[in-house]
Amino acid sequence: MAVRRTQVQTTLNGEETDFLCEPRQSLLEVLRDELGLTGTKEGCNNGNCGACSVLVNGRVANACCVLGVEAENAEITTIEGIADGDKLHPLQQAFLEEAALQCGICTPGFIVSSKALLDSEPELDEERIRFWLAGNLCRCTGYDKIVRAVLKAAGTSDNG
Amino acid sequence: MQEITYLAPTSLGDVYTALADGKRSVLLAGGTDIIVQLREGRSDAEQVIDLKHIPELTQFAFNSSGDLKIGAAVPFAEIYENAEIIDRLPALIDCATLVGGIQIQSRAGFGGNLCNASPAADTTPALIALGAILHIGSANQVRELPVEDFFLGPGQNALEDGEILLQIVVPNPGSNSAAYFHRFIPRNEMDIAVANAGVSLTLNDARDRIENARVAIGAVAPTTLLVSEAAEALIGKEPGEAAFAAAGDAAANAATPITDMRGSAAQRVHLSRVLTVRALERALKRIEEN
Repeated sequence: MAVRRTQVQTTLNGEETDFLCEPRQSLLEVLRDELGLTGTKEGCNNGNCGACSVLVNGRVANACCVLGVEAENAEITTIEGIADGDKLHPLQQAFLEEAALQCGICTPGFIVSSKALLDSEPELDEERIRFWLAGNLCRCTGYDKIVRAVLKAAGTSDNG
Repeated sequence: MQEITYLAPTSLGDVYTALADGKRSVLLAGGTDIIVQLREGRSDAEQVIDLKHIPELTQFAFNSSGDLKIGAAVPFAEIYENAEIIDRLPALIDCATLVGGIQIQSRAGFGGNLCNASPAADTTPALIALGAILHIGSANQVRELPVEDFFLGPGQNALEDGEILLQIVVPNPGSNSAAYFHRFIPRNEMDIAVANAGVSLTLNDARDRIENARVAIGAVAPTTLLVSEAAEALIGKEPGEAAFAAAGDAAANAATPITDMRGSAAQRVHLSRVLTVRALERALKRIEEN
């Protein structure tokens, strides 16, 4: 059945991108189902778990609570845009070194959310990291390893 | 989610025209409630009108009298990152930093929190305590409404057909005045209030008498309550333990809570008293530190 689709122009991970979507599709559905960017995960799909965290104009948001059409003229960054080519972002490296993941479903959201924190606040302590990441749920690690990884990345990275 | 059309008007006139086109419309600001309601079939809207391209709704500023006017689509993060608001209206920061997590605060704001009209809304007690006035627009006029009169029941606000919330105006509290918002949840973050309270206090110049006070309590009635009996227990009294305890008693008496998964009615009555007293103590501390 033919469904009305809207053309959207956006900047996705630094590149000008056009896509077609239905107005009812969330940005999460557009990323995963239309653009094949499956790094962004669907957890709760109602704004509670943070698994679908992406950056919209530099601020971290749940892609399940954004309409795809709202991406018009916006800058969107997903987990696929975090590494510099084959060079991992310091957060990604720290998550590996600190074993800050188990099943991995929450990990892209934690890394995107943590990147927004590192980009905006150079001076970080454990309390600030735990407060910032309260909107990202993990049911495997117990969070300690994630917090250690973010602290490590904050200390070693130029946050590029 | 049902099929919808999406409009992104750039002027208020276009919003009013869209609202009058006969379709069932829903207004979109942060979307953190609306988009979930659409997906879960709890909204039958045919048309989504995005308000984030309208200058009057996406800006905030202090005027020359020191009143803060906040566009209804401004997200919380823009408010709590503003040094002037942090300094002059810290009670707004108390509540704005507690709504959901960072992902929610990037998008959601005071306007949507008010229009959603949850009895447990995090921002209404502080806005009521601060005496905020809502500017409500339609094709024909702009009317003003005190924020405590905006709520008709759970999920029900006072907007009429064709009306939208334009701005929230928080009056300049003046000198010797401060407000505080306090919430109880069983964990540290990311939860809905079991009960909450917002208070404001204004003292005389000698700071030994309360000249004005407002106390609002939430999640303990179908709408957030402005407790005039609590204000009466404070005004004219010396700021301190006795007056604050009397205001706490008045708040507990005004609460008519239900028992649900978040807490019992008895616990909520107790919390109304405790949160009111503690919020008053902290508002007083803010005055003393200024």
